[in-house]
Amino acid sequence: MNSAIPLFHFLVVAAALFSLGLAVAVTKRNVIGILIGLELMLNAVNLNLIAFSRHDPVLLRGQLFALFVIVVAAAEVTVALAIVLRVYHHYGSIDPDEMKDLKQ
Amino acid sequence: MSTELLAFYAFAALALGSGLFILLTRNLMYAAFSLFLALLGIAALFVLAGADFLAVAQLMVYVGGILVLLIFGIMLTRVPDPEATSQTPNRVLVGLGRKFWGLTVGLGLFVVLFLVVVQANFALDGDTLDSRSTIRTLGVELMTTHLLPFEIAGILLLVALVGAAYLAMHRNPDPTE
Repeated sequence: MNSAIPLFHFLVVAAALFSLGLAVAVTKRNVIGILIGLELMLNAVNLNLIAFSRHDPVLLRGQLFALFVIVVAAAEVTVALAIVLRVYHHYGSIDPDEMKDLKQ
Repeated sequence: MSTELLAFYAFAALALGSGLFILLTRNLMYAAFSLFLALLGIAALFVLAGADFLAVAQLMVYVGGILVLLIFGIMLTRVPDPEATSQTPNRVLVGLGRKFWGLTVGLGLFVVLFLVVVQANFALDGDTLDSRSTIRTLGVELMTTHLLPFEIAGILLLVALVGAAYLAMHRNPDPTE
């Protein structure tokens, strides 16, 4: 693939996606909403890695790194949802503003 | 304007529009389905950047795994509405807090990143990716130079699976019983 799409386009789209994900993570009053924002941010980072990896056709280091990011994201979401279920049993809600005490 | 560029703009608009909808909607279920559209758009952008294997992996891991888990999480942690009858639709409404800071941080970060990207002058020489598939390169690299991270990723997935199953078990007996 010759560079029909400039690198600049990918970087701007990834920057916008990352900012959107950060805004979602800050504004949502629900832990799962925050997780959705995190997923958007991880995808934006992967887009950056893959866009730069176009210029490394022999080793594809950017794509390999993005592959590991996907694996770690999958592990992160499973553990995070298990914790969310525990928090829901304890507090009866998963609004992060209502988790104020650490004691049982 | 080439067809490739047009496709890029269409899929970028899909991803960014879905991301904006996630930010603005109050219904968490709509946010999850909109995340599905955003992930589809991003997978298409991966294909346009020459990462065919990663696009398929993205679809399988995110849409087949993470999104289903998120939707399960939304349904299991819903706070029931006491006035709901069987006729009312099941809406999972979530309030938006800290709107000012969210908007400020998001817009500020985008402006900063945009300025950095505009001013950066990346010196990229050498060949760019040609149209052949990347699967062979990825497989060879994973099994030679990146063998240790590959094995560690496998152990990480196993540990995460065991840990998640242990955490999600209802092991604290209810004190009222």
